[in-house]
Amino acid sequence: MTTAEHALVVRDLRKRYSQVEALKGISMTLPRGEIWGLLGPNGSGKSTFLKCVAGLVKPDGGEIQILGETPSRRTKAQIAFVPEVESLYRWMTVGQVLDFTAAFFDDWQPETALELLEFMHLDGKSRVSSLSKGMRTRLRLILALARRAPLVLLDEPFSGIDPSSRDRIVEGIIREFKGEEQTVLISTHAVGDTEQLFDSVVFLAEGRVALQGSAEELRRSRGRSINDLFKEVFP
Amino acid sequence: MDIDFSTSIPIYLQIISEFKRQIAIGQLKPGDRMPSQRDLAAELKVNANTVQRAYREMELLGLVETLRGQGTFVCRGEGVVEETRRELLDSLVAEFVAAMRSLGLGGQEALELVRKGFAETAAGKGVES
Repeated sequence: MTTAEHALVVRDLRKRYSQVEALKGISMTLPRGEIWGLLGPNGSGKSTFLKCVAGLVKPDGGEIQILGETPSRRTKAQIAFVPEVESLYRWMTVGQVLDFTAAFFDDWQPETALELLEFMHLDGKSRVSSLSKGMRTRLRLILALARRAPLVLLDEPFSGIDPSSRDRIVEGIIREFKGEEQTVLISTHAVGDTEQLFDSVVFLAEGRVALQGSAEELRRSRGRSINDLFKEVFP
Repeated sequence: MDIDFSTSIPIYLQIISEFKRQIAIGQLKPGDRMPSQRDLAAELKVNANTVQRAYREMELLGLVETLRGQGTFVCRGEGVVEETRRELLDSLVAEFVAAMRSLGLGGQEALELVRKGFAETAAGKGVES
């Protein structure tokens, strides 16, 4: 465990894919114990940013510090990353997926996984191939939340799923959020009914930070909800 | 408890207002136990840090007190209910007065309307019962 004050510090992060400059110098500092929203339309750089932090994409420039350390195998083990692209084996049952995942992580909590299974209305005996997209997203969220990972990265967990799945996911994150010892960064292109989740928000526009701050302070100082603010920044 | 996330009013302030209202109308009484922060966060589906901020603020306001290991309770201190009620009434009156002014009404006219309003609802009740 580390006692670093910040879960994530990013300075001037840059990434270019042949023709496209995906990240044009992103900086942010996430204190421990907070839930952050990474907000922006499709193509604003959210996924690339999360992949850089998760160590799946190598940035061209800038600096990343995870719990006070430069990215390494050790910091990778501290991150629970749920990518937007699905990575479940369709032939497995839900229970097998949990067992399979448990084997990879020292911080896996079997009891939490079972509680979450019930909470998310999933049956351990169902096959992944028989699940709807909303159910698969709920399952993938369990894989992240059943760990005691200090840094959780969720890429578009609310996209393309039914409202009741979305509500379960919002509530699941709130219930399982481990306070001081955890920091959660969630990307979304539609703020909708999720803004009450966030302590702070970062608006990404074309690879740059357009706005960032405490959600409550923004509500007060800008006189509008985060959802309305989002619509204003990205009309 | 109903919280409106679509407004510009910070969520923690909305939570505090709702508890003040419950105290003012006697739905929450001095000495009553408040919901645990965790339960309230899950019920309202808001970030636990937001609920924590609301509770901390209510402690500073002297509305609630937290007893270690036992939970958070509405303060038994004298005048908590009275003060909260007073505050709620003051803000309702201020709002009403401002609305009447904006419609060009003076104190006398507004008072007349209020009297009439009370008389009518009283009469309405009489018919019902």
